[in-house]
Amino acid sequence: MDFGRISRRHLLQASAALSLGSALGVRSAAAADTTIGFIYVGSRDDYGYNQAHAQGAAALKKLPGLKVVEEEKVPETDAVEKTMESMINLDGATLIFPTSFGYYSPHVIKMANKYPKLRFQHCGGLWTDKDPKNAGSYFGYIDEAQHVSGIVAGYSTKSGKLGFVAAKPIPQVLRNINAFTLGAKLANPKATTQVIFTGDWSMPVKEAEATNSLIDQGVDVLTCHVDGPKTVVENAARRGALVCGYHVNQSPLAPKAYLTGAEWNWEALYPKFVKMMAAGEAIPNFYRGGLKEEIVKVSPYGEAVSAEARKHADDIKAKLKEGSYTIFKGPISDNKGHMVIASGTDRGQKDPELEKMDYLVEGVIGATS
Amino acid sequence: MTTDVADPLEAVTAAPPADTGFLKRHGTSIEYILIPGAALAGALVVFGLFVALFGKNPLDLYFYMYQGAFGTAFSWQNTLTRAAPLILTALCTALPAQLGMVIIGGEGALLIGALAATSVALWLQSMPPLVVQVAMACAGMIGGGLWILLSGALRQYRGVNETISSLLLVYIALAILNHLVEGIMRDPASLNKPSTREIGAANMIGTIPGTEVHWGLLFGLIAALAAYVLIYHTTFGFAARVAGGNVRAAKIVGLSVGKLILTICFLAGACAGLAGMVEVAAVQGRTNANLAAGYGFTGILVAFLARQNPLAIIPVAILLGGISASGGLLQRRLGLPDASVLVLQGIIFVFVLASDALYGRIGFLKGKT
Repeated sequence: MDFGRISRRHLLQASAALSLGSALGVRSAAAADTTIGFIYVGSRDDYGYNQAHAQGAAALKKLPGLKVVEEEKVPETDAVEKTMESMINLDGATLIFPTSFGYYSPHVIKMANKYPKLRFQHCGGLWTDKDPKNAGSYFGYIDEAQHVSGIVAGYSTKSGKLGFVAAKPIPQVLRNINAFTLGAKLANPKATTQVIFTGDWSMPVKEAEATNSLIDQGVDVLTCHVDGPKTVVENAARRGALVCGYHVNQSPLAPKAYLTGAEWNWEALYPKFVKMMAAGEAIPNFYRGGLKEEIVKVSPYGEAVSAEARKHADDIKAKLKEGSYTIFKGPISDNKGHMVIASGTDRGQKDPELEKMDYLVEGVIGATS
Repeated sequence: MTTDVADPLEAVTAAPPADTGFLKRHGTSIEYILIPGAALAGALVVFGLFVALFGKNPLDLYFYMYQGAFGTAFSWQNTLTRAAPLILTALCTALPAQLGMVIIGGEGALLIGALAATSVALWLQSMPPLVVQVAMACAGMIGGGLWILLSGALRQYRGVNETISSLLLVYIALAILNHLVEGIMRDPASLNKPSTREIGAANMIGTIPGTEVHWGLLFGLIAALAAYVLIYHTTFGFAARVAGGNVRAAKIVGLSVGKLILTICFLAGACAGLAGMVEVAAVQGRTNANLAAGYGFTGILVAFLARQNPLAIIPVAILLGGISASGGLLQRRLGLPDASVLVLQGIIFVFVLASDALYGRIGFLKGKT
């Protein structure tokens, strides 16, 4: 009896102290700090899409006066609305980064309408004029970095066969496959890219099967566009193939086999956003860029990359940074023999036609449907 | 000496007869509250120890769990929103369980229900919203019902294990959904996130007035009550329970077991299909891969924790909704990974299953001394 009463009293005291503490915490947070919420669709140490954003969040944590709260594995349902509201109501967040593509419509739009004074920065480049002004959507032209990877891959392959493990045949993914292949063909005009679509963003078993089957067919350099490239990178390295990474630098997973990779550079972009807000500038609602704008970057070259490959890749990288180079420059045919970009037509990175890409260029082995 | 011992014993046996009578009459009901309650408390203690191993204060943990799930009006809404689809998907497992069948394919019925509801809404777009909404609900229920009916029919006519078939049908449902959403039902404007066209704001069913919780919660409550009445207060339900207890005995007394299996499977699938319709009509506004968020699988857990009792599903769904609502706060305040919520769910599951052995074995609840 006595024991029960004491422990209950202790519990009450403890919880009173805790709620007081948290109330004080919130108050001081409101006074001194800006709270920023990050929401990830997968786990933040996936060596992939989500880790790239978590690295951006980590860059913000280093800045003074900012408090960063993070939540991982939030599905693209009303759960993400509740997570955003929970960050707003319980943590006092005023800037939220819902980082998954599928969060935008209807969830981010709904929350932006409900909380017009707060800022929502979504990753995916989906904002249009009809959407709330306090919502923004940014994205990077990562096909530029894939193009550079493709050049390195083209020099590194002995069989002339490259492999690409991809999630879905959607424009974003097709653009990466095509940019990679066009890069490889600069280095080795006979190079081909065999592509396998797994059907979804995170399918580790299928990704491993695809990697093995590509290597069985003679592919000796692989890359991918899935949420977590870990499976592809590790399996390729184990089978003695070389790899180009995606999303983040995967060289720690396969130091010898890792050639280079196409990475996001959120750790440069996010502090830029916060500085814009602090200076009272408006962040553009629609914000996109590539290597030049430092939204994407190329991993440092691995030891297996030849001097010739480095020179050629560095040259193209420098031109992309200047903005004086076009990847999708006609004439380009698809792999069924149809001309998709006519001779004399340059489709620069911001060309809206590229956003609708539904073909695979000549040199890619595979089909979009 | 002998009298010394006999006296207190006599006193106990002669002690308030009304009290023992109360226990005799209500012992079983008390058991149904006491045993799961104790199992839950035990699970929370073990989870507290688990968290303490990572150097976090268990009292903080309990406080944040309470705050995140039930501590504020917002938290309650968050919890109920997450609980809403779970009541319906749990019924998809709990109803067939009355017949001794283990159906774990609620996720598939949810997806097919969502697809059916969306198709009907797109087809009837020019009709008044109420007509569209009722048609969507009917289509969702019929779609989901037929899907689980498949498992029931395979078991009845072909002797296929319903657990395996219902699980495999989930993957078939997902494949059908992806095929249609990326194919003939695709909205051409949904470039990087293949989706159907939107059902239109006018056809959305919105939230329960005065709250932010969608109508799925009310549908779930009604369905759970109806299922309870059906199972425990109708001859049909009685027949189902007889067949669940002993199929041969049921056949000998002339019950049509086949008809029972098919009817119950249809009703079970209809519940999950309705959950799918609600996800479309109250949350997403269209069909895409976001719908496969695992509600069907969490529903299995809810049904087993509720010991397949339709009424008990309601508090259990709210409990699991609360755990998932507070999971975010645990990540943000304590830095625990998302997986910690799965650990807690697992511990609760093991405790509740293990506590099954206690029913009818706690002497004092039987009025025994």
